[in-house]
This record gives sequence, structure tokens and C-alpha cells, in this order.
Amino acid sequence: MEEREYEFGLDSFMAVTVGPDGESIGGDQVVRDTVEEGVLAEQVGIDSFNIGEHYRDDMMDSAAHVVLAAIAGRTERIRLGTSVTVLSTQDPVRLYNNSATLDAVSGGRAQLVLGRGSAIESFPLFGYDLREYEEIFEEKLELFVKLLRGGAITWSGKYRPPLSDVVLTPPLPAGHLPTWVGSGGSPDSVTRAARYGLPLMLAVIGGRPERFRPLVDLYRRALAEYGHPTDLPVGLHTLGYVAATDDEAIETQWPYWLQTFDRASRERGWRQPTRAQFDAETAHGAMFVGSPETVAQRIAPVMRALDVDRIDLHYALGQVPAVQRRESIELLGRKVFPRVRELLASGRGDHEVMAGSVAPGEVASPVRSTHAPVAR
Amino acid sequence: MSGGHDDRTVGSDAAAAPTDLPATKRVGIIGAGKLGMTLARTALAAGYEVAVASSRPAERIALSVDVLAPGAVASTVEDVADSADVIVLAVPVHRFRELRSDLFDGKILVDAMNYWPDTDGEDPELTAADGGSSVVVQAHFPGARVVKSLNQLGYHELDDYTRAPDAPDRIAVAAVGDDRLAVRAVMRLIDRLGFDPVDGGPLAKGKLLEPDGSPYAETLSADRLARRLSAR
Repeated sequence: MEEREYEFGLDSFMAVTVGPDGESIGGDQVVRDTVEEGVLAEQVGIDSFNIGEHYRDDMMDSAAHVVLAAIAGRTERIRLGTSVTVLSTQDPVRLYNNSATLDAVSGGRAQLVLGRGSAIESFPLFGYDLREYEEIFEEKLELFVKLLRGGAITWSGKYRPPLSDVVLTPPLPAGHLPTWVGSGGSPDSVTRAARYGLPLMLAVIGGRPERFRPLVDLYRRALAEYGHPTDLPVGLHTLGYVAATDDEAIETQWPYWLQTFDRASRERGWRQPTRAQFDAETAHGAMFVGSPETVAQRIAPVMRALDVDRIDLHYALGQVPAVQRRESIELLGRKVFPRVRELLASGRGDHEVMAGSVAPGEVASPVRSTHAPVAR
Repeated sequence: MSGGHDDRTVGSDAAAAPTDLPATKRVGIIGAGKLGMTLARTALAAGYEVAVASSRPAERIALSVDVLAPGAVASTVEDVADSADVIVLAVPVHRFRELRSDLFDGKILVDAMNYWPDTDGEDPELTAADGGSSVVVQAHFPGARVVKSLNQLGYHELDDYTRAPDAPDRIAVAAVGDDRLAVRAVMRLIDRLGFDPVDGGPLAKGKLLEPDGSPYAETLSADRLARRLSAR
């Protein structure tokens, strides 16, 4: 059997970290640190580096393509993408321009994850009505998929001016930019990805990732229904942090996890975060925190249970200082991901595989034509 | 706690022990999203007949229902309203007004929605509702027997935390409503789904079950949940 092609990537929301004095560092420094982290990711063998999209004072990821272009200038091989672009509040034409230019600058290494947005601060910022959330995303995704095909575009819709016989530039050499649809678990967004024949990125930020398996099954059934190949890739975005030992990783991440979720609980009316919750999340939830071996042993069974081709790990949550963020990247690239590959190839690390509705023969699929060619 | 699952009561009027309604057989769910599908699965596992409907035609959600809640029927809002004994409203809160006001006349309607201005957008009427969003829902559906419940937990907790009646770690789910018979029927549903039901009193007490950063969205035992609710 041919070996399955996996992608092991990192996600950054460009969190404002704390310096040695415990105070928040400047946002401009965060931007430069992120470029360094992207460069480091390539040096330690990571497949992709992906940046989020937020407009708030604790995250500096408001212009991902600029940062990705800076990383592109200093790297050769790593794929550069968004961990989720809030397509709903972007102009698909501008997004095409930015992405195609990034693709050119990087020699064909650009990729995207498109989503409706879970953080919704971009709606008032760019003048969109949150109540039209669904309709806006649907229209913009439909347009963006057209733009990806290239050639002269004639289009009209509700949320941007019409296009009449417009050819966008720069052209995409392969005529295709790897474009994934992000989903936080809504059945609708899963079937939407299938309808457009785009790969699916599942974001799990709490609870057992394995519970998303039915959505993977739904995706494959929907692909078949819409007449697309049923082996399009599926990816998983989760949270994690790696240090030399379990204790170090847990005690380093804990206060920043608490701070992050405490803020979220106040903003969104969630329950107050507790240590018990953190411990549950790290033991069997969506927080992969620990030594390289511990984290590898968490990731491999989850990838198997969900039958995914790609994992993007948000490699340090909240204000974890730059030094520790870099350590997490190094350990992920040099130890964790190689070990996960080993576990997946050997069939070990599958003790937690849950009974899915897909027959065993279908789970172990051969190589998937997952990505657009990188070398052109 | 004792681990028992007898009905705990908060609020003085609940003592008037009304006669029970006939047992619920068919649960209808309006909303085919994360919450709706999870509730469909949980209700099926509890032995109910389940029908799911959304704003879209039944055939548009049929595949999702088939894969995520096998055994449930993808249906239309009108059919669900007609045929179900208890109907759970699990649509985004900014969309419930799109449903006809007389659609659920005479029916037990469980309002499982939460109003989160951050994700729903600002809704002046819901923001101003001192008694919580379910009071506004009741005003929109004047003929429905509205009970606020099943909104307290994260959707995946409705999957993960279902327990047998005597399990020591069974958690509680509260129900509030002005129609006491409807509240009792919903409490029996909660129990059968796998949670200890707690009667939280009249509908306007529902404010205490809403997301505000307070501890009411915690996984609590019935005793502790009842104490928290009566302390206010």
C-alpha cells in the first residue's frame, strides 16, 4: 500500500505575548516574532505555517498575507496559509489578489482556509450585518471558487459590485490554490464544503476531537451526493503546547489558558474556566499539552479516529512568551510530528479509535491527491 | 449529593402539583445545527421518535439527519409542529421570529436558544427582556406552552453527560415555565434523556439560566443547581 500523504502544520493567531518582565510586548514586536516563528517552522521541518484573522488588542493577525509574504522571502519549502480567513467580511476579489500574489512571491506555496468566522468583530468593523452571516458567506464562497478557476469572470451578487468580463491578476500558475473550508462543527458548513468540492478543515477547540467523526462521514457522503471524489482531504485544527516534560508544558500553558478563557467567558457569557476543565481538556479534549511523546500519543489516535490528512496545531495558547513558543515549535517539528508519522505508519497509537460508520476497508485509504503541486 | 433524581422544585407556585399530561412519544426539533442534531441523537437514544426540521426543505437536511442522527426523520416545520408532543426550538435566536406566531399553538415548546449578542448581533428586544429571552419567545408564540430548558449546557455535553437515573455523576438540567403541566412534561423528558430535572419556577426565572458569565452554565448536580437557582 502506498503511504498516505499527511500535512503537519502550525497555526498562529499572533497573540500578544509577555516579555521577561511579565508585561505585554508591543504589537509590532509580535509581528516580527511571528515572522521568525514561521522561519523557524521551516527549519525544523514543519509542512505549513498558517495565520488567523482577528481584530482585537490581544491578537495581531489582522493582515495575514503581509506576514506570510515576509516569511516567504526567507523560506524555500514551507507552505504558507491562513488558519482561517473570515471570507464573510473580505472582498473575494481582494483576497484573490493577495493570495495569488503570495503564491507568486513564495513560488507556489500559498494556501487558504476560508470560514464564516467564529470571532465576529470583523462584521461591524467592515460594515456587515451579522444576521446575514450565512447568506454573505455563501455568496462570497461561490464567487471565490469562480475566481480560483481563472479566466474572464462575469458575476453579480448582493454583497459586492458586479464583475463584467474581468480577468484577475496575477494568474495562478497551476490554476489552483489549495483552498479549504473551515467548520466548527456545524453540519451545514460541512455539507457546504462538500457542495463546492473543497477540502474540509475541522476546528475543534473544546471537548473530545473524536466526536467530530460523524461529521467526517457526513462530508464524505455529501461529496458522493454532489458528484465529487469522496477522498478529498480533511484536516483538523486543535490547540496545543509542547515543552521538554509534561509538567513543564502543563504549568507553562495553564496560566495563559486560564487568562484566555477567562476573557472569553466574560466576552461570550461562557462559564468561568477552571483547573478541572483545563485538566480534562489536556487529558482527552482538544488541548494537546505535554512532552513530545505525550503529545504525539494524543495526536496519532485522534488523526486515525477522525481519518484526517492534515493537522494544524495552534502551538501555544494566549500570552505564552516568545521563548517558550519557539521551544514548542522546535519540539513539534523535530520530535512530535516525526513521531506521529511513525505512529501512523506503524498502525500504533490507534487504541482509541472509535467505531465509525465507515467500514474498516474504507478508512485506510491510499494516497490522496490532497494538495496542489508545490513544485512548479 | 444523594444521586436521586426526584424532581426538585424552586418557586412557590410549583407546589400545586397539577395532573400530568400524556407521556411524550414524539419529539420534534426545529433547527438542524449542532444543538438540534445532538438533541435528536440524544432523544433517539432515549427511545423517542424524533423529527427534525429547519428553515430549508426537508430534502436539504435529509443527509445530515441520516448521518448524524440515524433513525430521526427529516421533516418540515409544519409537520413537526403538527405531529410532535414536545417541540424543541434550536435555531439561532435571531431567526425565531421568522416562524409563524400560531405555529405551535397548544404545543409544548422548549426554548433551547441562547441570546449571545456577540454572535447573534444586538437585539434590542432581547437585551431589554428582564425575564430573559424566553419571555420574548413566549410573546412571539402566544398560544405555545413555552418552557425554557436544554440551553444551559454546551451541545457536546448533551452527548457526553447523559447518565442512567441512579448514576452518582448525573448532572442536572433546569426547566422554567408558567405552564406547570408543560414544565412537568419537559422534566420527564429531561430525566429520560439522562439528566436530573430541576424545576426552576416561572418562565421569567429563565434569566438565571442564560449566558452571562455566571456559574449557571456549569455541570452541577440537581441539589446544587436547585440551591443556586433559589439563592437568587
